[in-house]
Amino acid sequence: MSEATIPPGAEAPIFYETDEHHHDAGGSTMLGFWLYLMSDCLIFAMLFASYGVFGGSYAGGPQPHEIFKLPLVALNTSMLLLSSITYGFAMLSMNDGKLRSVQGWLAITGLFGLAFLGIELYEFSELIHEGAGPQRSAFLSAFFTLVGTHGLHVTFGIIWLVTLMVQVGRKGLIDANQRRLQCLSLFWHFLDVIWIGVFTFVYLLGVLR
Amino acid sequence: MSADTHGHGHDDHASGAPHGTRKDYIIGFVLSVILTAIPFGLVMSGIIADTRITAGIVMVFALVQIVVHMVYFLHMNSKSENGWTLMALIFTIIVVTICLAGSLWVMFHMNANMMPGMTSGDMAGM
Repeated sequence: MSEATIPPGAEAPIFYETDEHHHDAGGSTMLGFWLYLMSDCLIFAMLFASYGVFGGSYAGGPQPHEIFKLPLVALNTSMLLLSSITYGFAMLSMNDGKLRSVQGWLAITGLFGLAFLGIELYEFSELIHEGAGPQRSAFLSAFFTLVGTHGLHVTFGIIWLVTLMVQVGRKGLIDANQRRLQCLSLFWHFLDVIWIGVFTFVYLLGVLR
Repeated sequence: MSADTHGHGHDDHASGAPHGTRKDYIIGFVLSVILTAIPFGLVMSGIIADTRITAGIVMVFALVQIVVHMVYFLHMNSKSENGWTLMALIFTIIVVTICLAGSLWVMFHMNANMMPGMTSGDMAGM
């Protein structure tokens, strides 16, 4: 059937590039990962929007200034900020090709991340213990969803970080591992950016309300 | 040719995903600490009596700190990936702004237009 449509003597038309031009492996990874982060941004925007809508619906339950402990939040914020700078130092060591230094800074970053998670889980358990669990009011549901989603991101960031430490330990600072570390760098700093929104709009403005 | 591009591959990545210098990270960190400490200090001490002014200052500090993080930690600039990261970011900011402003605006009006007796304040009195 298809032979019939091609006039005799004519070359078969080519509708695609036969010899693809060379792409570096992972040449578009960073842009792709950035686009993922932007879509993640939309998830958080929706959670912030629902918190903004439900943030005043206490259903006669506890209000933000009664349950939020700002010193604890300040401690948590400093943990995340410190983990950001230590990850930055890991990236600098990576650029210099210092393997052990990279591993050391990654480990410290992971510990700060764990400290952040530990404090957050402590805060959650205290809240639930006080009867201010997610079922209590729309405000608390929105609060637990927003802050919990951020905490979940940090959890997966730590899992990713440990995975990369194993990878780097086995294969060294090869190009692929450098790319992965750069992706995690974007992810980790992005989580810190989201946390700025959380401590400002949820905690600080919540206490002021 | 293929081998040649491979040899330069690393440098290309470096320009595609710019990495900061130690100075960048330190500046970013110091600025972040200041921009975090001041809002916390303002709210916890309650120096400014009018909470609306405090809220305004806190929000401005948050916006500035987000920009600081973007520049010094995420190394955003108009050149990375030929400007595509910046384009994606601007698009996201527009969508996020529409979603946030739209949701809050619509829902605020719906709350305001609730039937009397259905608002939470009246419910509490019932």
